[in-house]
Amino acid sequence: MSDMTYEPESFAFTPEYLEKAKAFVAKYPAGRQQSAVMPLLDLAQRQEGWVSRAAMEVIATMLDMAPIRVEEVATFYTMYNRKPVGKFHVQVCTNLPCMLRGSDDVVAAAKEALGVGFGDMTKDGLFTLSEVECLGACVNAPMMQINDDYYEDLTAETTKAVLEAFKRGETPKPGPQNGRQFSCPAGGPTSLTELKFEGGKA
Amino acid sequence: MPKLTIDGREIEVEAGATIIQAADLLGIEIPRFCYHERLAIAGNCRMCLVEVEKMPKPVASCAMPVGEGMVVKTNTPVVRKARQGVMEFLLLNHPLDCPICDQGGECDLQDQAMAYGSDKNRCQEGKRAVPDKDYGPLVQTMMTRCIQCTRCVRFISEIAGTPVLGGLGRGEHLEITRYVGAAVSSELSGNLIDLCPVGALTNKPASYTYRSWELKKTESIDVMDALGASIRVDTRGNEVIRVLPRVNEDVNEEWLSDRSRFAVDGLKRQRLDRPYVRKDGKLVAVTWPEALAAVAAKLKGLNGSQIAAIAGDQADAESLLATKDLLAALGSANLDCRSDGAKLDASVRASYLFNSTAAGIEQADALLIIGSNPRKENPVLNSRIRKRWQKGGFKIARIGHKGDLTYQYEHLGDQASILKDIAEGKHPFFEVLKSAAKPALIIGQGALTRADGAVILGLARKLADAAGLVKDGWNGFNVLHTAAARVGGLDLGFVPGAGGKDTAAIVDGAAKGEVKALVLLGADDIDMKGLGDAFVVYVGTHGDAGAHRADVILPAAAYTEKSATYVNLEGRAQQTRLAVFPPGEAKEDWRIVKALAEALGKSLPYDSLKAIRQRLAQAAPAFAAIGEVTPAAWGAAFGAEGALGDGALVSNIDNFYMTDPISRASKTMAECTAAFGGGCNHKHKKTGTHG
Repeated sequence: MSDMTYEPESFAFTPEYLEKAKAFVAKYPAGRQQSAVMPLLDLAQRQEGWVSRAAMEVIATMLDMAPIRVEEVATFYTMYNRKPVGKFHVQVCTNLPCMLRGSDDVVAAAKEALGVGFGDMTKDGLFTLSEVECLGACVNAPMMQINDDYYEDLTAETTKAVLEAFKRGETPKPGPQNGRQFSCPAGGPTSLTELKFEGGKA
Repeated sequence: MPKLTIDGREIEVEAGATIIQAADLLGIEIPRFCYHERLAIAGNCRMCLVEVEKMPKPVASCAMPVGEGMVVKTNTPVVRKARQGVMEFLLLNHPLDCPICDQGGECDLQDQAMAYGSDKNRCQEGKRAVPDKDYGPLVQTMMTRCIQCTRCVRFISEIAGTPVLGGLGRGEHLEITRYVGAAVSSELSGNLIDLCPVGALTNKPASYTYRSWELKKTESIDVMDALGASIRVDTRGNEVIRVLPRVNEDVNEEWLSDRSRFAVDGLKRQRLDRPYVRKDGKLVAVTWPEALAAVAAKLKGLNGSQIAAIAGDQADAESLLATKDLLAALGSANLDCRSDGAKLDASVRASYLFNSTAAGIEQADALLIIGSNPRKENPVLNSRIRKRWQKGGFKIARIGHKGDLTYQYEHLGDQASILKDIAEGKHPFFEVLKSAAKPALIIGQGALTRADGAVILGLARKLADAAGLVKDGWNGFNVLHTAAARVGGLDLGFVPGAGGKDTAAIVDGAAKGEVKALVLLGADDIDMKGLGDAFVVYVGTHGDAGAHRADVILPAAAYTEKSATYVNLEGRAQQTRLAVFPPGEAKEDWRIVKALAEALGKSLPYDSLKAIRQRLAQAAPAFAAIGEVTPAAWGAAFGAEGALGDGALVSNIDNFYMTDPISRASKTMAECTAAFGGGCNHKHKKTGTHG
């Protein structure tokens, strides 16, 4: 399993992240500081891109728990990366609603645009492509998550466009890529059509 | 207290108890894998599903607290179907390799599959395989058999206090494993084998050597440490295959230390199976009459003061008594059961007992540990201290080496002078003890074997009096012994008589030629090189240090090969039972001493085990009440006053895995020493291969 992964010798929170970590620990009563294990793992992942064993040991020491307890948490939740990932972590949902709405095309487009398969990182270290389970945006299916942002209502073309934009160093606007506002009905309002708000917006 | 009905039978149980506990009280059997009464509740195997009226679906009885008026049914079609479903899931990925599995025949999964398993498989898919893990030389892993009950994870975290096991991954990818780089080095790791309900964790040294149903089971007592844990000796033919703990709430609950469990292969190695006499500097095998005649020839003509006896750590009470009687008949007062030179006082019984009792230590609310490492000296007892510590409100301080005891304690330092400060009330921990309701102290052999051991004992007594360690119904003065024979020896007064010599004086006397004949009753830990030209008779089981120095070797029986009495550290007399016969021509120890007496023309007034046990009961009241602890009177002062020496207090056990002739002969224990390192005082001795 993760034993095959390269593990760095050491880990330390940067002062900025350490500050945040301490704030999380302080949220819990004395003796219950172990409750902060998940936010701390998240901070470590935000700092390094993934959670290394060294990071888990630092967290275990900070929270006075056995390292194996931290590793249990980190391996249970799939959103903690136990392997290094690229600068942009592209997570494509292939669950049922996304699949019905054409996630296969999105997957093919992403693989083609990035030149890697699921679980792989591009050679330049920019992108890692992952297949993930439902991210809870079925109403805008199909979708993918890139770092913290959702890109929704994708087609093969818009997927490629988003990824190419990232390659150029731009940050495309998150949300639906077909011009739809949030999760409004796709073809415009079907009810309450006469409703007018001040300013004339529907 | 809520009242509930289970299968039509009413029972009232404590609030907070769970349904499975109530059912256990009623004797209603509910199948279970993950639930264990001594571990935290996990509720993850789902085998214990029962039906509760007014609840929409079956509930896990191990995790469901009882409620007033609850009506529980444990044997309905719904329950059976639910359990059959659970069993089908458990067996989906189980290899069903029962015919080659060591757990076969004593496997919970196998047994319960007989009741709830299906006779056909609906699964077309392949089974998942899990790589085996390395848990060290004691525990064999076969992780494909694992059903993820997490009993091992909970035991190693909660009871053993060394959290190195965990479940990594999730769902089908969940694997029980140890943390990378961490060794499963708990002194209690053998208990994982007993806890594992399937064959995932099995006895590595004994793997593939037995089928559980072909073993003869003999209930006995362990003598590898002073606790005297209740054990079951499993034998086939005349071979001890394995040792398992028995439940004894007063002594070992249901745990056993790794040395007690795994050192049994030492019973088959380096054994003395016939008498030997040293002729022209070489030991030559002889017959019993020749050996006894050789002893008689040397001893005749010596006067009493030239003869001495030292008893080792595993000498049984019968042989101690016979030896004492023999020396009395020979007119010698030179005898000692304290072969390590501990300054224990045989005249006051409370001064050498673990007075609070093993179970009683769980009631203590403050504890001072002096010169002892309970984790290495007595892991099972240490787990009791940890259990008490986990409940909270238990202040522990330690004078001695600073190391991990599996619970938090305040390290006061390692100098004996700190004990003096506490005893005189000058140290803050004195107030902690004084204000506690049931304060206790544990004094180790490491402290008592020092030159100033008697002074330390005296200070401990002084502290006990000053801080109120002894009060109505409570005696918190505890001596932690490491030798199974010690308390029995002290009870029988196997200490120098008037004008007699103690261990150090006997060795010294032998060097000077004052002691011309020395009987070693399995004593291997004295300075063999310093015995000068003394004629040494070794009555023992193994070719250990004593046998190498001996002039005559009289082969004796080990604890699994005789019915013998031992007194544990609490003062509880217990008896081992004969599980196998002694090898070759070896005989029961007390019969050897009796034969020796006859060869010397002295008659001992007993010729049967019954007769010598009657004599034991007369000699000391403890032997009249087998299995019982009689509280000892606090009585007269003991210990000595004087100056304390310098030097750190350290435990007397450096290598937990090798403390006696049996464990030193054990290959398994040698592997453990190599794998885990023995040193608990952290002074690893370098061997010739270092560097």
